[in-house]
Amino acid sequence: MFAYTLKRLVQMVPTLLGIIVITFILSRVLPGDPAIMLAGEQAPEEIVNKIRMDMGLDQPLYIQFFSYLGQLLKGDIGYAYHTGHSVASDLATRFPATIELTLASILIAILVAIPVGIVAATKKESILDHISRVFSLIGACVPIFWLGLMFIYIFYSILGWAPAPMGRISGDLNPPVHLTGLYVLDSILSGDIIALKSSLAHLLLPAICLSTGTMAIVARMTRSSMLEVVDQDFVRTARAKGLRESAVVYKHALVNALIPTLTVLGLQFGFLMGGAVITETIFSWPGIGGYVTDSILAADYAPIQAFTLVSAVLYCVINLAVDLIYGFIDPRIRYE
Amino acid sequence: MSTAAHSAHSSQGKPAKPQAAAKPRTLWSLLLRNRLAAIGLTFIFIWTVIAVIAPWIAPYDPYVTNMANKLQAPSASHWFGTDNFGRDILSRVLYGARISIWTGLIAVGISFVIGVPLGGIAAYYGGRTGTVIMRLMDILLSFPSLVLSMAIAASIGAGLTSAMIAVGIVGIPEFARLMFGQTVSLREKEYIEASRAIGVKNTVILYRHILPNALAPLMVQATLGMGFAILTASSLSFLGLGVKPPIAEWGAMISEGREYIISGQWWLVTFPGLSIATSILGFNLLGDGFRDVLDPRLRSGK
Repeated sequence: MFAYTLKRLVQMVPTLLGIIVITFILSRVLPGDPAIMLAGEQAPEEIVNKIRMDMGLDQPLYIQFFSYLGQLLKGDIGYAYHTGHSVASDLATRFPATIELTLASILIAILVAIPVGIVAATKKESILDHISRVFSLIGACVPIFWLGLMFIYIFYSILGWAPAPMGRISGDLNPPVHLTGLYVLDSILSGDIIALKSSLAHLLLPAICLSTGTMAIVARMTRSSMLEVVDQDFVRTARAKGLRESAVVYKHALVNALIPTLTVLGLQFGFLMGGAVITETIFSWPGIGGYVTDSILAADYAPIQAFTLVSAVLYCVINLAVDLIYGFIDPRIRYE
Repeated sequence: MSTAAHSAHSSQGKPAKPQAAAKPRTLWSLLLRNRLAAIGLTFIFIWTVIAVIAPWIAPYDPYVTNMANKLQAPSASHWFGTDNFGRDILSRVLYGARISIWTGLIAVGISFVIGVPLGGIAAYYGGRTGTVIMRLMDILLSFPSLVLSMAIAASIGAGLTSAMIAVGIVGIPEFARLMFGQTVSLREKEYIEASRAIGVKNTVILYRHILPNALAPLMVQATLGMGFAILTASSLSFLGLGVKPPIAEWGAMISEGREYIISGQWWLVTFPGLSIATSILGFNLLGDGFRDVLDPRLRSGK
């Protein structure tokens, strides 16, 4: 297991290098000249040239690439002109909000979509199966930015159930004591009921909005892999030896059907990162996604490239983790 | 599969001709018998017709502002209401179909024209070239698609063209991988070996003999890719990286109408949103149905 993990990590190196090369290329074909952006539009030519030399922008591309690589190794992923901070520190401040949102939406997807998939498979061609199929189809084609706005219109403007789509907690409340940075978790840990209620209420709509696409895919995947499993011999054997139906479904079939679902869930991370940009923008959620949109509007491109780099690297790491988790779910899988 | 292959090969073509002519008809009828695919096809047909005839059926000019008439709720004179500049939303939605369908076609075209040869070359020649190409495709796939298209669009500069290019580039690896898999399995077939033996050039073999046989799964991918392209391009426009206002594009219209949702003017975003959803639904349904029809395992299971 350890050797396998190590091998996979080594195999990841060329991929990571490739990711860095691509983000480097993207950052060098930028429309704006970083030297001018730093010096200001009206800066005299000499100053711009000096900054350009200081930043190494007059060097040949391969030297620029190595200095870019050196910066990355030091954790320097650029400077955000519109906030006046380094991108790394901006990302660190906003990271917990995005983690909270994505975790919540993964949780919702698991809690809703896996049971729906199981029911759809065990009661194939029933009304429930058809309803879940229609929802999966709709979930896959409704744009998330439109869904979010419709949620706000229905649940805030008309029904008044949801709080105003502004941030993670009511403006007149103090955020809970900072322990993990996740407001819901922090308010539970510190026993702050008022903060818990408010932060949950703020979290619910954006999390559901972000999870719709994932719910659709996970439900369909669970259904189809359950259907493949229930026809197999060991399930028939389990029934034949007189196990209760629930034991057959949950202890025998589901565990075996879970692997494709898990793979899909791991692959959804990329989608969630893209979706977070949109969801956070709509709900004024103070996470990384909203930060990226602010950067777009400010024509400040370093944060966008940094976000691209970070999410690609995270995506690789998460999918490696998913591969490793297989071993725990299915003992038959042995890593060589 | 193999009948089409033989007919494609001129030296053995004559007995296979009538079969090759019969094949598309059966595929077509199977597709229409698949209820969901037929619904998908209907949506696509309607949106394509709208895109073509938009200037003739749009009740108003989509760009003429009329501040006296702004934010009107849907009514007999403005079926979908008017926006914050008093423009007719129905007309803008109809014109928006042109941009979305066009963007989808160009983006999928870019992915197809670049991805398919890359995958074919990688599989046919193999070796180091093949490895490098496919590794590059894997690396591109490790970027979240919306995020990568945002980064590309930001690098090129916002606009319709850059949105098309960005979405097109992001779609390349899927086509390359599909073509790679198809070519690997076709490469060893006897008729390919025969063409090689009589001295047909590799590029000709790839284009004339392998591509036609790999076309069906590629068309499935292209159909599904249209839905993906429309969704991604409209997302880019919504974020301000694609088509800019005042151009009548669905994503940009939703972005403009966003701030009016809280005050209750729902029609600004509802109609463009439904347009995006139904057009994507059309391509997804058709793509799924297409795949079911082509996959005999699924067909016999019904």
